[in-house]
Amino acid sequence: MKEIRVHARAGQGAITTAMLLATAAFEEGKYALAFPNFGAERLGAPMNAFIRLDSQPIRKRSQVRNPDYVIVQDPTLVKDFDVTEGVPDNGIVIINTPTVTAQIKPRTQRIVTVPASLIAEDVMGRADRANTALLGAFAAATGEIKIESLIAAIRQRFPGPMGEKNVIALQRAYEFIKNDGEKDAK
Amino acid sequence: MTKKLLEGSQGIAEAVALCRPQVIAAYPITPQTHIPQELADMVANGKLKAEWVNVESEHSAASVVLGASATGVRVFTASSSQGILLMSEVLFNIAGMRLPVVMVCVNRSVSAPLNIWNDQQDSISQRDTGVIQLYAEDNQEAADLVYQAYRIAEDHRVLLPVMVCLDGYVLSHAWETVDIPSQAQVDSFLPPFKPLYKLDPENPLSFMIQHTMEQSIGIIQNVAHDFEKTFGRPATAIIEEYQTHDATTILVGMGSMVSLFKEEVDQLRSQGQKVGVLKLVCYRPFPKEQLYQSLKGAKHIVVIEKATSLGFGGPVASELRSVFYGRPHQPAISGFIAGLGGRDITAETVKTALNKAHQHPVDTEYLDLRTDLELEGVSNPARQHKK
Repeated sequence: MKEIRVHARAGQGAITTAMLLATAAFEEGKYALAFPNFGAERLGAPMNAFIRLDSQPIRKRSQVRNPDYVIVQDPTLVKDFDVTEGVPDNGIVIINTPTVTAQIKPRTQRIVTVPASLIAEDVMGRADRANTALLGAFAAATGEIKIESLIAAIRQRFPGPMGEKNVIALQRAYEFIKNDGEKDAK
Repeated sequence: MTKKLLEGSQGIAEAVALCRPQVIAAYPITPQTHIPQELADMVANGKLKAEWVNVESEHSAASVVLGASATGVRVFTASSSQGILLMSEVLFNIAGMRLPVVMVCVNRSVSAPLNIWNDQQDSISQRDTGVIQLYAEDNQEAADLVYQAYRIAEDHRVLLPVMVCLDGYVLSHAWETVDIPSQAQVDSFLPPFKPLYKLDPENPLSFMIQHTMEQSIGIIQNVAHDFEKTFGRPATAIIEEYQTHDATTILVGMGSMVSLFKEEVDQLRSQGQKVGVLKLVCYRPFPKEQLYQSLKGAKHIVVIEKATSLGFGGPVASELRSVFYGRPHQPAISGFIAGLGGRDITAETVKTALNKAHQHPVDTEYLDLRTDLELEGVSNPARQHKK
């Protein structure tokens, strides 16, 4: 089983990130469980979404405490939250930021940064719609999910022009990581 | 049948729609909202031919389905937390009038303080209304219990409301695989509602709920059996026994935490510990004899529940103890309360409960409380008098 934790602020689409990743895994014939956790229902409040992927039905419904992978949708969260908490040494933390962040405490995990908000702004005119770009980076950095499955998931959940723009954002971030854009912030 | 990746609420809405309700009334409340939202969409788009009644409160929602059901049509409503409490007065009436209303309770804690997260305090507080209560472990079971709920409620030997309970967020907002049957399959399992009697001021009928509740356990089992035959997957509408055959310790719980129990039991079994799980699906009527027979061989019974009767302790643990009163087998029954207000229930929670119960029987103990917050907020006099 692979476990993923998403750090975001309410309104940034982390539940959609989790849902799209689960849908893509479902497309690949895997079992998936995606669910949110937040404090108050308040725009901008820090929140988490969790995803579990497995070849077996998933019975573990507690919050994810030892994620194999972490997706950070909002880099300002890095200051107040230890986004690497519970991540094993070979884990990967993907952060949406245009710069290499110095705020991450040095750890043994791999830190991958991607300018997902810039890509989203460029493609959709909405910097706060970075989740599909982050999923592209996730696919490229982890190899856990095929980009074709993510594209199918986006088209299934968001048919029409906005879905197609999200597909472009996904592909741009995927290529960014696949090429030499990958940065190591350790 | 089609496997789909759905949010729990969508799975419920699709299951309800396949049951062809004729009148739906609901008032939105977190975390139930997605269910009426999905159903309202279906009605508005013409996908579901039903009368959708907008109401100004949960009391009105329950009253609308009461009135509609009394005229002899199939109805649906859903709520959570304070909404369930506002329905309470009407629920007694629905049960007393012997109306087969099917409703969903997306379990959420009860104010104060205001808390939107999951525990089961809302539905447990309605245990004395005469409503049959069934608790789902996962979203497949939640959807499957909806089809069975209509069959049970509308059985002429039952004619009582049924509440399908699923844990808020943990299930209602979780995306996972759900098998959705075809309309033809559901139609063959659930024929149109044939009322035994309709609203008739000349000849009002009601009562005998206690007797019917006791009788309905057998009927609920038969419906589950029929469900398995029709849909080809297991249905557990009373209790489910997991690894209990030789277990000396049995964990008892309701709802989504049972999945975690099973996970833990598999681990403990691999270390040679004889541990099992009893999932209680049907809380009302309380299946006394089934529970006695399933649990009598154990030395330790460890109940973990997400509700409390304030001033006493855990409702399930205390009712389970009464099952064993005066009977020959007397296992030690320990009661733990966890997950109140949405506190995450983890593998550690289960291990702690088992360790404590194995040391000596526990009457009532609350697990995973944040005592640091208690000291800050309640017990610290300096904090209390701070201006």
